[in-house]
Amino acid sequence: MSARGETLLWLAQRASAAVLALCVTVHLATMVYAIQGGLSAAEILGRTRGHWGWLAFYATFVAAVAVHAPIGLRPVLGEWLGWRGASRDVVLAALALVLGGLGMRAVLGVFG
Amino acid sequence: MDALRVRVWRGAAEGAFQAFEVPRQASQTVLDVVTTIQRVLDPSLAYRFACRVGMCGSCAMTVNGVARWTCRTHVDQVARDGQLEIAPLRNLPVIRDLVADMSPFFDKWARAEGRFRGARTRHDDFERIAPQSAPRRAVDAGIECIGCAVCYASCDVVAQNPEYLGPAALNRAWTLHNDLRDVARRERLRAVAGDAGCHACHTQMGCTERCPKQLTPTASIAGLKRAAAKAWLAGEL
Repeated sequence: MSARGETLLWLAQRASAAVLALCVTVHLATMVYAIQGGLSAAEILGRTRGHWGWLAFYATFVAAVAVHAPIGLRPVLGEWLGWRGASRDVVLAALALVLGGLGMRAVLGVFG
Repeated sequence: MDALRVRVWRGAAEGAFQAFEVPRQASQTVLDVVTTIQRVLDPSLAYRFACRVGMCGSCAMTVNGVARWTCRTHVDQVARDGQLEIAPLRNLPVIRDLVADMSPFFDKWARAEGRFRGARTRHDDFERIAPQSAPRRAVDAGIECIGCAVCYASCDVVAQNPEYLGPAALNRAWTLHNDLRDVARRERLRAVAGDAGCHACHTQMGCTERCPKQLTPTASIAGLKRAAAKAWLAGEL
């Protein structure tokens, strides 16, 4: 890949890592807080359904994962399996779409 | 007199360790041990050295599994139970015995645009660079590299990806990037930011851990990553 492409991936990896650091912290803190009072799944869904704020938060979370994970997997495939070149990037782009799609399916499931 | 039990690599890519017993001496270096073997015990042993005082960077070898400059490494520092195992540098082809082929190492300096490219002639005045300026200090931090390839042999990214430019070439590129007289910064960033360039570094810091000159190639590589990112954002990459 060109210097421009590699640098773009590096920037995307760093930016998505910063977003994930925030999202994971909020997500874990919310989970710990939510279960302390003994909330049931139905009660949690009652709070998330129709809540645009949670939709935006978890959509951002999913987008960051879909960007971060494939870029991180890229050197692992290159260094451990010797898999480099366009075929690797096509498969990783597909992985990003799968992660994004499955993640958004889950997000919409607790929103709608 | 105590004897040091030494196992020395013989052969090239294929080969085996050969055992020698070498008399212990006060203040004996690993290079002294290899020289004793070659001059007294087995003149067919091939190894490389020149200055013997840590300036030329030619005598690096793998000593008890760790890449080191042998002329400045005392036996007392590295011998385990009176034993030494000496092998050629990792991550480079072996020519014979303890002599590694340095061609890939220096070819990567060339690929990383590790050559100064100025625009001034002898008719121009000197460039005036403040010694305390940030670019000059960045150059100072990396300029003392002696090209021994200890960092290259200690780098796991090179081991996993033979195309990776490696710490020394990237450190060289970083010193030139900060040289205000140099006119090839954009080309150099393009050369070091592509496949197997600075972004491939995992910041494991094996190079910094092992550099006999106490340089920090990891910091130089991080500087190149930032410089490439800034150039990308400015549309100059």
